[in-house]
Amino acid sequence: MKVHKHEAIIVGAGGAGLMAALYASKAGADVAVVSKLYPTRSHTGAAQGGIGAALGNLDEDQPIYHTYDTVKGGDYLTDQAAAKILAENAVDAVIELEHMGLPFDRTSEKRISQRRFGGHTRNFGEELVRRACHAADRTGHMILQTLYQQCIKNEVHFFDEFQVVDMIVVDGAVAGVIAIELGTGEFHIFHGKASFFASGGWGRCWSVTSNAHALTGDGAAIALRRGVPLEDMEFFQFHPTGIYRMGILITEGVRGEGGVLINSVGERFMERYAPSAKDLASRDVVSRAIYLETREGRSIKNRGYVHLDIRPGTVNRYFAEEGRDRNDFIDDATVERKLPDILDFCRTYLGVDPVKEPMPVQPTAHYAMGGIPTNVDAEVVIDAAGTVMPGLYAAGETACVSVHGANRLGTNSLVDLVVFGRRGGMSMAEFVKQADWKALPANPEGEIRAEFDRIRNATGKSRSGELRAKMQETMMENIGVFRTQETMQRGIDDLAELRERFYTDIQIDDKAHVFNTDLMEAWELGALLDLADVTARTAIEREESRGAHSREDFKERDDENWLAHSLISHDGVLADPTYTVSFDKPVDLSLWEEEIAQGLPEDKQKFRPKARVY
Amino acid sequence: MDVTFRIRRRNPEVPGKEKPYWQEFVLSDVDPTDRVLEMLHRIKWEQDGSLSLRRSCAHGVCGSDAMRINGVNRLACKMLIQDVGERVQVEPILGLPVIKDLIVDMEPFFDHYKQVMPFFVNDNPVPEDGRERLQTQEDRELFDDSTKCILCACCTTSCPSFWANDHYVGPAAIVGAHRFIFDTRDQAGKERLDVLSEPNGVWRCRTIFNCTPACPRDIEVTKAIGEVKLAIRKGATEGIIRPNEVQ
Repeated sequence: MKVHKHEAIIVGAGGAGLMAALYASKAGADVAVVSKLYPTRSHTGAAQGGIGAALGNLDEDQPIYHTYDTVKGGDYLTDQAAAKILAENAVDAVIELEHMGLPFDRTSEKRISQRRFGGHTRNFGEELVRRACHAADRTGHMILQTLYQQCIKNEVHFFDEFQVVDMIVVDGAVAGVIAIELGTGEFHIFHGKASFFASGGWGRCWSVTSNAHALTGDGAAIALRRGVPLEDMEFFQFHPTGIYRMGILITEGVRGEGGVLINSVGERFMERYAPSAKDLASRDVVSRAIYLETREGRSIKNRGYVHLDIRPGTVNRYFAEEGRDRNDFIDDATVERKLPDILDFCRTYLGVDPVKEPMPVQPTAHYAMGGIPTNVDAEVVIDAAGTVMPGLYAAGETACVSVHGANRLGTNSLVDLVVFGRRGGMSMAEFVKQADWKALPANPEGEIRAEFDRIRNATGKSRSGELRAKMQETMMENIGVFRTQETMQRGIDDLAELRERFYTDIQIDDKAHVFNTDLMEAWELGALLDLADVTARTAIEREESRGAHSREDFKERDDENWLAHSLISHDGVLADPTYTVSFDKPVDLSLWEEEIAQGLPEDKQKFRPKARVY
Repeated sequence: MDVTFRIRRRNPEVPGKEKPYWQEFVLSDVDPTDRVLEMLHRIKWEQDGSLSLRRSCAHGVCGSDAMRINGVNRLACKMLIQDVGERVQVEPILGLPVIKDLIVDMEPFFDHYKQVMPFFVNDNPVPEDGRERLQTQEDRELFDDSTKCILCACCTTSCPSFWANDHYVGPAAIVGAHRFIFDTRDQAGKERLDVLSEPNGVWRCRTIFNCTPACPRDIEVTKAIGEVKLAIRKGATEGIIRPNEVQ
């Protein structure tokens, strides 16, 4: 058994992991980054449109407006103090990225260029604001590249293509993680004073998703199985504009540049659903509108998709109607320059040229608002009172701070990972300076090795590919954009049957050790099944509609009974787990409470939970 | 429609399969707009789970699934069946050691990338107002093309000079250097040009042009290499790329 000893072990090499690695190593910690992909393959690189920060380079802006938009976008489930930190730190974090060389597009004043994005406004919802800092439509790619390059410069120690499969808990504290070296199939122990999960989301629970194949929620599932409850798992975002059937993301930046959604009768239908923000209402609102248009028989060819139109003729006609300055009008060259990757995707996969034809889009499973609960320093907390689990950190999509509440705003995923990756890296570096090493227990890899042996040697008849496809279909059908008691129960029943087959009837073809992707995919399916299960089981308990959780049998938001975070825990029995769900964790409403303390009348209280109108 | 895949395979652990061999798989109900990657998944998920390949994002931005498809380097996720026909030959990319099936050892490739100082260097104090460094959009455009690189290795492993001499840093590393050499905010252009003047640097390029059509991001790789060569000859990085040449 190979044992590697590093003070800080970071699991995952996307934006959050690399940011944490950079800041922890700059603060003097001995850091190792363990990742199942080469760092530059991480899905941060697929983020397109921009990273929100109130720089005010083009429009007057302030972090408090960004805070307000984040809280409102989250349908008031967002923890308000955390949102304030997010918005304030975003400004410094974006400037630091520029100082690291990130090639942002520029304004005529040579400053970082910014564009409009859904739900981002000035002066508490008054009008849309240009806040999303961008590098063409590959902002995430440039963040990932820049951070990886800086890690090379700072000689951060990487273990590439090592997949973490378990975590070592000693007396309630975390003493490291266990990984499989994919190239040899060998188990390795990473003994650390602190372990940091930055392992991404689990969009692969659904059949139509913008997420990479690698996004199987390994880190969240490992934490769940080792006693960490997961927070707000019922909230999973469907991005309104995925390429029809494929789910590949078409950035909200298309609408930020003036693109509009059109139904089968040629109507810009978002004018009815969100009279002010229209196509740039928050994502949950737009995704529901597309489903409702489909239900009313107004999807294109009645196939469940609508058109996203960025043709300059269309855009300029609406700009003229809105009385926009003629300087804002766009031409073919603007579209080519600002959205090159989007054009490439549509030309490659659809044979559609967005400069000449509209793009067929449908909602696509995109982002987990919930995850491993943390405080604002990325320390993992394990109960409603905020008790810290010593030695465990999390940031990025796998974590739940919670800054996204019930629905994340566009660009805030990138903000989240740089802000909390950075804070977490710094706080972890402080922790490892004073923490003692925990002795490893005997045979720490015994249990997980047994689970891998079970899968490798199983002689059943079910292929993991078939079970995964069935899971994805039931999640799409039953725990998607709209939900009812009946659909969710159907989903839970389907998942129970799939779980039984996974634990009693699995088979794999590959018995080798070197790059056994058959084995790893089967194990990942086990992780996905756990995450699908906890999503369905918290969703069925929450009897209201809020943000991305939209129930047809409980259509209204109910702050009196449900203004609280969910926590769900798992008893560690893999084949037949018992789950416990609670709604005891209060939402932090401190900004509203400050307004009350200042004696502001109700109509002047910006952070008071109220009905969302866009 | 039916599509036949002829796949180059190898399994170092199975007696008789350590040496590369060809294996055919037939898929039915294939749609012309299906991606090659999806079809490789169908083979893996429906017929033979031991088929091994790397992949992640499945839409051409992560760079995992570079392979040789019908004799040319492509990302499997960006090729549609209608582009490759009813008989498809798939092999690992050339010039890097094959580990298993379509998976090659990428370490030499990343080692070459790391040789060219692929990171931003500017040791001046940051602006006193605490804000961003300034750059015109025109200067930003000069190196736009090389910022698109996803390190998939399609270019480097299509290069005969790299096949002949694997100490050559290769096109991808030169593109990586180009991204910083022509960034007006960067200060280490000279050091990078020194690295690329070495015998295994940019002069190994014989301008064969294989790299440019191999790039799934449409980077003009050969042009970028040419600009680096010109900068070395002139001993300067300014004035090499004229703004009106930027697309």
